[in-house]
Amino acid sequence: MNLEAIKSEIEANVPGCQLEIIPNTSPSAQHSLLVDSAHALTVASFLRDGATVRLDYCSNVTGIDWPVKEVSTKTKVKKIVDGVEKDVDEVVKTQTGGYLEAVYHLYSMEQRQGPVILRMRTEDRTDRVHLPSFTPLWRSADFQEREIFDLFGIIFDGHPDLRRLLMWEGFVDHPMRRDYVDPDDYEYEPTAHDEVLKRAREHQSAEGGL
Amino acid sequence: MSVLTETTVALSSDPTTDPNASQLLEVSMGPQHPSTHGVFRMDVALDGEQVVKLKPVFGYLHRNHEKIAESQNYLGCMPYTDRLDYICSITNNWAYALAVETLAGIKVPERAEYLRVITGELTRLQNHASLIGFLMQDMGTSGTPLMYAFREREKILDLFEALTGARMMCNYMRFGGCRVDAPAGWLQQTQKVIDAFPKFLDEFESLLRTNEILMARTQGVGRVSRELAINAGLTGPMARASGVNYDLRKVDSYGIYDRFSFRVPLGEFGDVYDRYMIRLLEMRESVEILKQAMRDIPSGPIMDPGTKIRGFRPKAGEAYGRIEAPKGELGFYLISDGTGNPYRFRVRPPSLINLTVLEDMCLGRNVADIVIILGSVDIVLGEVDR
Repeated sequence: MNLEAIKSEIEANVPGCQLEIIPNTSPSAQHSLLVDSAHALTVASFLRDGATVRLDYCSNVTGIDWPVKEVSTKTKVKKIVDGVEKDVDEVVKTQTGGYLEAVYHLYSMEQRQGPVILRMRTEDRTDRVHLPSFTPLWRSADFQEREIFDLFGIIFDGHPDLRRLLMWEGFVDHPMRRDYVDPDDYEYEPTAHDEVLKRAREHQSAEGGL
Repeated sequence: MSVLTETTVALSSDPTTDPNASQLLEVSMGPQHPSTHGVFRMDVALDGEQVVKLKPVFGYLHRNHEKIAESQNYLGCMPYTDRLDYICSITNNWAYALAVETLAGIKVPERAEYLRVITGELTRLQNHASLIGFLMQDMGTSGTPLMYAFREREKILDLFEALTGARMMCNYMRFGGCRVDAPAGWLQQTQKVIDAFPKFLDEFESLLRTNEILMARTQGVGRVSRELAINAGLTGPMARASGVNYDLRKVDSYGIYDRFSFRVPLGEFGDVYDRYMIRLLEMRESVEILKQAMRDIPSGPIMDPGTKIRGFRPKAGEAYGRIEAPKGELGFYLISDGTGNPYRFRVRPPSLINLTVLEDMCLGRNVADIVIILGSVDIVLGEVDR
């Protein structure tokens, strides 16, 4: 099972899709395949039904937050300063990240092969956070995509029941984002504490208490 | 949101014409309910006694384990994994250790691999035994089978205590090996427990297997087809009861599982009875593995000397490691950015994903069956909610 072979097989069968192999330099050597979100559903359904690796089992769905990060690399450049040639450090700043990512670990139960790792990236981290849902293909993605929607804020288009999974209804933020700020009051719940307290005060003051 | 507001189901009889027609009734089962095995809620819509809609509600035990792990170093994450599936802390340790070992390319010494298999299979024995006990309790056997199961579980927990110092939160494994070696006499004591275990299994099986009430309550209840099991990502005994031949000990042969001969029991009908029988048969296979491991265990070091577990900084990259935990495929997905803390730490919880088909299994069944069906999934809320 070779990722290059799978990539060329997909390219031959799904016209117009953009694929990129993301190399993994660690000893695990689990390389992954970046799919453009416009063709992702077609690619995934091809991998499930049409490809020679029949990936019938979606094991794991992960959300990852990559905020914008500035990476500066120093290079020595020869420059003429005051008529004398000198080695000068030149700092080149490049920006990476600035998107949310969904990673799918796909296996074949039939052929006992895997994992084939698919990645999808959103356009940014604020409002263009839509990705196609794989739940219509693999139901095992159902709760996991809901969890990513809840904790990361990726909106999966085509998910049959996209609600928060772990946080409560009415919670606003996405706690697994890297820039998430903890609330001052962890116990805060959207209940009518203040109104109840006010009513209790009025009631008790009428009886001469408090 | 109430399940009733989003339910569009036809009632069994039309209330405008039939004066005895029933209305849909919404019942909130849980979160504080003994049969939910923790704090877990199901919003159920009922037509008379029959389930027409069921929505599981999660999050009562959510503490964002994954976020906590991102603020810890790699070694500091290990004790937190105990708290995922708190019945089987050792297999949780193993899955995490395996993921880190895959990430950093660490080799584990022989003796440590054997100790992992022995403690891992003992964990499987006590998980399956107590699960069957819980299942009987859910059916209303008032504790006797549960206490028999707990009696055996106690013996295994005593072994864990002698080995690791803790009965449930064992924190036993490290990436590159195990934390402590077996103390003097521990292996002999373990051998005694293993030798006595088949007798308990015979007794347990004869107590319950031919019981007519048990068969009537479980056979044909909560069926999952093979296709649905694969598509919904079911793993472990849940999948194998539906006839899916997928055991990671055979498929991945992680650790040293390719050295042992054992069989993978498969079910035919995918009902509650099959899931219960699969667990009984798996315990027998685990005993076989344990006998072979106890016979072959070599002496030697238990930690890889080249691995520095304190101040551990793997190279940037990512790895997904998975094992056959008693409840199914437990996986850890780690992303390293070269620092001492994992950049991303993802747990693939088998019990959460096995719950995907809960509604499918319960539709059309009675309320009393929900309890048994949920019991047969084998969930631990520490892992479902993380």
